[in-house]
Amino acid sequence: MFESRARHAMGIVLALTAALGLSACGGSKSGEESAAESCVDTSGDTVKLGFLNSTSGAMAISEQTVRDSLVMAAEEINASGGILGKKIEPVLEDGASDPAIFAEKIEKLLTGDCVAAAFGGWTSASRKAMLPVVEAGNGLLFYPVQYEGLEASKNIYYTGATTNQQIIPAMDFLQSQGVKTLFLAGSDYVFPRTANKIIKQYAAELGIEIVGEEYVPLDDDDWTTQVAKIVAAKPDFVFNTINGSSNVGFIKAYYEQGLTAETTPIISVSIAEEEAPAMGKDVTGQYAAWNYFQSVPSPANETFIEAFQARYGADRPTSDPMEAAYASLYLYKALVEKADSFDVGEINAAADGVSFDAPEGTVTIDGDNHHIAKTGLIGQINADNQFDVVWSSEEPIEPDPFLEGYAWWDPSAQ
Amino acid sequence: MDAFTTPLLAGTATGALLLIAALGLALTFGQMGVINMAHGEFLMAGAYTTYLTQQVVTNTDLSIIVALPAAFLVAGALGLLLEVAIIQWMYRRPLDTLLVTVGVSLLLQQLAKDVFGAQGDPVHTPGWLDGNIDVFGYHWPYRQMFTILLAVGALAALGALLKQTSYGRRIRATVQNRDLAETVGVSTRVVDRVTFFVGSGLAGVGGVAVSLISGTNPNLGTTYIISAFLVVVAGGLGQLQGTVIAAFAVGIVTAFLTDWFNSSMAQVLTFALVVIFLQIRPQGLFTVRTRGLA
Repeated sequence: MFESRARHAMGIVLALTAALGLSACGGSKSGEESAAESCVDTSGDTVKLGFLNSTSGAMAISEQTVRDSLVMAAEEINASGGILGKKIEPVLEDGASDPAIFAEKIEKLLTGDCVAAAFGGWTSASRKAMLPVVEAGNGLLFYPVQYEGLEASKNIYYTGATTNQQIIPAMDFLQSQGVKTLFLAGSDYVFPRTANKIIKQYAAELGIEIVGEEYVPLDDDDWTTQVAKIVAAKPDFVFNTINGSSNVGFIKAYYEQGLTAETTPIISVSIAEEEAPAMGKDVTGQYAAWNYFQSVPSPANETFIEAFQARYGADRPTSDPMEAAYASLYLYKALVEKADSFDVGEINAAADGVSFDAPEGTVTIDGDNHHIAKTGLIGQINADNQFDVVWSSEEPIEPDPFLEGYAWWDPSAQ
Repeated sequence: MDAFTTPLLAGTATGALLLIAALGLALTFGQMGVINMAHGEFLMAGAYTTYLTQQVVTNTDLSIIVALPAAFLVAGALGLLLEVAIIQWMYRRPLDTLLVTVGVSLLLQQLAKDVFGAQGDPVHTPGWLDGNIDVFGYHWPYRQMFTILLAVGALAALGALLKQTSYGRRIRATVQNRDLAETVGVSTRVVDRVTFFVGSGLAGVGGVAVSLISGTNPNLGTTYIISAFLVVVAGGLGQLQGTVIAAFAVGIVTAFLTDWFNSSMAQVLTFALVVIFLQIRPQGLFTVRTRGLA
């Protein structure tokens, strides 16, 4: 009895493990069908826009904030007359933190609801799953999150940073601090792996030595062994590309083993105003690289924060992806108004140079790669879990997703 | 030297955590044949209990001590509720319990998300656990020592319950031969409930230790459930010493593999090793000799 049960159980456990593993890399639908005749109808006095964010699953925490700021931007635009005189009619969909569902829902939005454009996605896996569908249907997607670059689709506008607007400024900052040795800690998936590849090549150029590189799976929180290696390597700085709740395990292990912001500071690319207070440790003095902080002093930002907190509660912080999502809707409005059309081809033809006075500062679309020029910022966490800006690029950085302007970059090198 | 001490000590702490998580499973799976996939969510319940305790007892030095029995009771009560509401109708149908408890597990995760928000909540490490001692170059955190002590304590308490008390005798009698135990007047229904309460409560205690590693988050249980099942199956059913050895073996081997390769590779290799081991010894390390006819 016990023997058969043990075998049984093992089979079950293995099947489950396999299922869990496979779902993580679930494939996308290949957009086989040819570019259909657009069914978008803007003859009435409204225009349908799709907001596709995960409001369930592991990514809900992050993506709900993006949804909130998209909804607020739509309300603001409607209150001031809409786009080309047409009110926005949002169609809300849940991507459920699953790339396959993102692909399915974007297809539904484009061909079922006939939205003029869609806004959302967070993980690179969700964007990669939506890309072939948006291209096949010749639709438009606005993607609001910093990512690993090396992509440019005529059907996607990227309003978050690419690597030369976040990772490379962070390295420039480290050099300005006289950093000689650097330790890389990241989650084990495409963004940290690609970011670290860029960091390693640029570090060689800057004369910074990489003294260690460690990865832990996204769903694993125990960083003890890896932090012990940081303690042994004694780097000047730690470059943190960990994503999600695994950051908490990393930060706890880091302080537990006696590291501090004074001895071995961390620079992060995924810890923002929302995450800093959730670490369970006082992270004052640690750094983060973004293109927007709640503390950015601009009239547009004051208006944005005031409106957001009035709409959703005074305790809600604002963060970089939220701001990028907010800006994306206004950029769409500016694109349509410049093109004087909701047609994708005409929008793309008019795209170059379209700009918006966003909370982070003025952002401008690059018509070739559909990314936007953004200022690189480094913030240091203060006692209120806000960021004091300690470094900034001199002017907005032109987007260069393929790093063509960087001679040291060799995409084929390991 | 630290290339050896780091994985050894860190792995022992991981093993201790796996042991606390697996003890409850070993009881319910070994005794009742219930595959409880919601067991990980009892860990999560323990972690959230720690968080809530820290909101009430603001002295963090004290709150972790209060959280231990509180987490045991909260997770135990959840387990009891699960047993009474659902599992008692599906004994001897392990596949059905598996499917149903996967559902319960998702339900509890969503419930945690709705109540506490999808963002994890911080759990503060008490001052007396916040530090480390230098063991041949490894700054061994007090928190890991605490986890090991907690596991040893849980094991000792469970051992005493099973060996020294009349409930323990009834539990062992039920594990060895349910029908015969019933024949001599043991109420196996009551025994099952006590077992489920204790097993789930232990997961709650494990949740306190987990919350010190990573705070709380609604998906916390899923990280540990598969490893805990591997430990139980590799250890052999119905025997605690197998679970103990398997937990520490899995913890330490994983830590060494992590040190030599990386975490992702270590997970793959550990699973592979357990699979190979089970090919050689399908019944696990130890097994109860039973005269049951089943």
